[in-house]
Amino acid sequence: MPTAASHLFKQRVPAALADRDLKAAMDKAQDGFIGKREQAVSQYPGFEALRELGREIKDHTLAHLDFYLDRYERQVQRNGGHVHWARNSNEARTIILDLCKRANARNVTKGKSMVSEEIGLNGALEESGIAVHETDLGEYIIQLAGETPSHIIAPALHKTKAQVSDLFHAKHQRYGFHQRLTEAPALVNEARQVLRRRYLDAEVGITGANFLIAENGSNMIVTNEGNGDLTRTMAKVHIVTAGIEKLVPTLEDATVLLRLLTRSATGQEFSAYTTLSNGPRREEDPDGPDEYHVVLVDNVRTEMLGNEFRSMLRCIRCGACMNHCPVYGAVGGHVYGWVYPGPMGSVLTPLNVGLEEAGDLPNACTLNGRCQSVCPVNIPLPDLLRRLRRRQHETGLDSRYSRAALRLWTALAARPALYRRAMQWGAVAMKRLAGRRGRLRRFPLAGGWTRSRDMPAPAGSTFQTLYTLYKEGRRR
Amino acid sequence: MTSAREDILDRVRTALGRDRISSDTRTKLDRRLSDPPSYERPGLGEDRVHLFATRLTAVRGGFRKTDSGHVMESIADCLDRHGLERAIIAAPALEHLSWPADWNVSFGASRGDDRVSVTPCFAAVAETGSVVLLSGPDSPTSLNFLPEYHIVLVRAEQLLDHVEDVWEKLRSTGAPARTVNFITGPSKTADIEQTIQYGAHGPRSLDVVYISTLQECL
Amino acid sequence: MSDHAKPPRVGLFVTCLVDLFRPNIGFASIKLLEQAGCEVDVPAQQTCCGQPAFNSGDYDATRRIAKQVIEVFEKYDYAVGPSGSCMATMRAHYRDLFEDDPPWLERVDRFGERVYELLSFLTDVMGVARVDAGFAATATYHDSCSGLRELGVKQQPRRLLESVSGFRLQEMDDSEVCCGFGGTFCVKYPEISARMVTDKIAAIEASGADTLIGGDLGCLMNMGGRLSRLGKPVKVYHTAEILADMAGGPAIGEVDAE
Repeated sequence: MPTAASHLFKQRVPAALADRDLKAAMDKAQDGFIGKREQAVSQYPGFEALRELGREIKDHTLAHLDFYLDRYERQVQRNGGHVHWARNSNEARTIILDLCKRANARNVTKGKSMVSEEIGLNGALEESGIAVHETDLGEYIIQLAGETPSHIIAPALHKTKAQVSDLFHAKHQRYGFHQRLTEAPALVNEARQVLRRRYLDAEVGITGANFLIAENGSNMIVTNEGNGDLTRTMAKVHIVTAGIEKLVPTLEDATVLLRLLTRSATGQEFSAYTTLSNGPRREEDPDGPDEYHVVLVDNVRTEMLGNEFRSMLRCIRCGACMNHCPVYGAVGGHVYGWVYPGPMGSVLTPLNVGLEEAGDLPNACTLNGRCQSVCPVNIPLPDLLRRLRRRQHETGLDSRYSRAALRLWTALAARPALYRRAMQWGAVAMKRLAGRRGRLRRFPLAGGWTRSRDMPAPAGSTFQTLYTLYKEGRRR
Repeated sequence: MTSAREDILDRVRTALGRDRISSDTRTKLDRRLSDPPSYERPGLGEDRVHLFATRLTAVRGGFRKTDSGHVMESIADCLDRHGLERAIIAAPALEHLSWPADWNVSFGASRGDDRVSVTPCFAAVAETGSVVLLSGPDSPTSLNFLPEYHIVLVRAEQLLDHVEDVWEKLRSTGAPARTVNFITGPSKTADIEQTIQYGAHGPRSLDVVYISTLQECL
Repeated sequence: MSDHAKPPRVGLFVTCLVDLFRPNIGFASIKLLEQAGCEVDVPAQQTCCGQPAFNSGDYDATRRIAKQVIEVFEKYDYAVGPSGSCMATMRAHYRDLFEDDPPWLERVDRFGERVYELLSFLTDVMGVARVDAGFAATATYHDSCSGLRELGVKQQPRRLLESVSGFRLQEMDDSEVCCGFGGTFCVKYPEISARMVTDKIAAIEASGADTLIGGDLGCLMNMGGRLSRLGKPVKVYHTAEILADMAGGPAIGEVDAE
């Protein structure tokens, strides 16, 4: 598992906010994603009903996950493939490393896979002397830059064209590309040429999965670049890494989720490439891999299945929640400090790396609910974040300051007479502090507020005080 | 020591608060798999061919309608539009076509340096503007991805309404092909500043030659 | 007005912020409810809805407060308040606290369906279609998140605001995007909150409006406080103040003329 830096969240926020390139990139990306999704959804009558259906399909599958996993495995085997089971990241890495070694792999190509990030696959392969080549253009860019994805479907979202230009100019010299390119078509074309050789050289190709289909053992992947297809077609060994929650019963079920996925993710009706893999090359096939392996990863998923976070396993990794999250839009994906950013990441990260490490994530949220309203499978993300806060509170992991403030407030709230007096006292005191300006530029205990905002001053009497007078006046 | 497989399945059952699935439930789930649910499909509301062409061209795919007597003219037309020579690698399934003698046509899998491929398809989908190709000796998958220009021949009877229609057709073919490719327009990426660029890794263009039935021509 | 023989008895939930910072909103609410034909009472035993505790994960404390709120308010036909946020806590979230307590859960559900945000109550329950008020302004409306997404408050305030004479609504971009208040969020993560409210102010300014209207005082204080810090002349009022024709005094955060 990659090391988490989620405990640095607060510390890293100011730099992220000050980064103008990041702000420009995030604004542009969010506007684009939001607008495209909105258009695609408005052109699909009954999208709300489709969301509900998607939720039902995922819930049904999760409720019978043992049955569907078992059936899926048998179908893969019938198709000539192998299924491996990994309880955790460590086991997953070991399995994949062994498969690579058996294939005498020196070069591995990779299609985009968030599970591979989750299990820290690249580092493990590289430590064993195997060169890993990310082939999704976004993943390739951040691999060159030595960074991690800042978005689950657009990993290099945070990078500007100028930064990509610098990066390619620095890193592509060794392949004989010496000219500095500045325009996107030329940059894409250069990456195409560099990566084309990788597909042909690689012994092993590793991809993720969008859906695993129990009915026939298919692995369904959705891409726009075609890199996933080249990765799995050209290498001698094709390895699929997937979380066990990727299962769906039938192709019809997958189709419902597919209609939700592409519209929610990029506002597309359909991706350029939607592919089913059904195992290794058949005897008469002129191309395709000799071996086909699927590594099913648990990694906390069975734990979530059994607790109040089961609904998170419905997630189909579309990224709509982060595209619509104003906090993610402000700070970008990297400050979240682990694999998954944004609202879904703020739920998954603490469950994977612990609340001690990632305690800020569920709190750095206004609970505005926009994420849930666009989630294709209606995951109650704000509710899940609140449940994490509850865990935090109940295990004493919330801050002592906020605990004390909260205790004071709830003690007041439980004593109406005292509460009324305290509020009246507060109204008078704050009005005095404000003086004739009518607002406070500084206020004890609320430095966070007054650093960037004034605090409107109270009128000097609480509503309850005035209301008592008003009622008396009415009576007379 | 229990295997990871048994362990994970046990954990799943514990999480779900039950033992192995009962035989009653199993029967129901088996039935759900062998007779998949038929969910409501999106309304298409117009002529199937027209919709297919609209969806395909909306994602920068090329669409040409022709009849079985003029397939080569249409292919030549595609090549001319992209300024390409008559050098083609075609799927072995198309060997029976009357290729002009002065064209340089070879058949088989792509070696990686071919400019143009021509392939048949298994189906096409009006809902999405996709062509669907199955891997096999007659239609190597590498032809769909390695060449820079991809031309796909679609016969009228292959055009279906919805994605689900493809699944039904697939099930009727027996053992599944190794790969089923839905292709919807040329390869593209938006990974640099969220602006779409074509020809990321796969073909820079996708042209569909739609071969009408005699009836449609009349 | 509905065709009840007896006027509905409404318990007004004032909310802590209105109680402390802006009593005018409370009186405006009373006026609107009475105009709609309700008999309004403001129980003195009310305090907070419990949301700060709930959103901080302290379910035990929230449960105690929730019980107190229910005991005070369940005797009315309706509990109504000028805040989407507090009313959503009471209507949509109290039941989360009593999942393991069936008798209370039933009581919570019976209570919850009679809890309303003010504007939703006036239009959806009492059928109010227009108000008798005047306010000359080009105003923009911010959709506060809880009211919008948890209670479906969207068209109701706009419909009533349209009937205010001299009032022109000028929608801003992203009116449904959070302003960055988020209760304790704004003091726990002040920099992120500041960025969010700054973006919001930019949208308000771009709309060309001279007045900002909204239905939640927390959000209004956040945006108003930022407007005031930046020296922007945009005036901020709660919807109820405009509709009740009680927006004659200083705006939220504005200098008192006296």
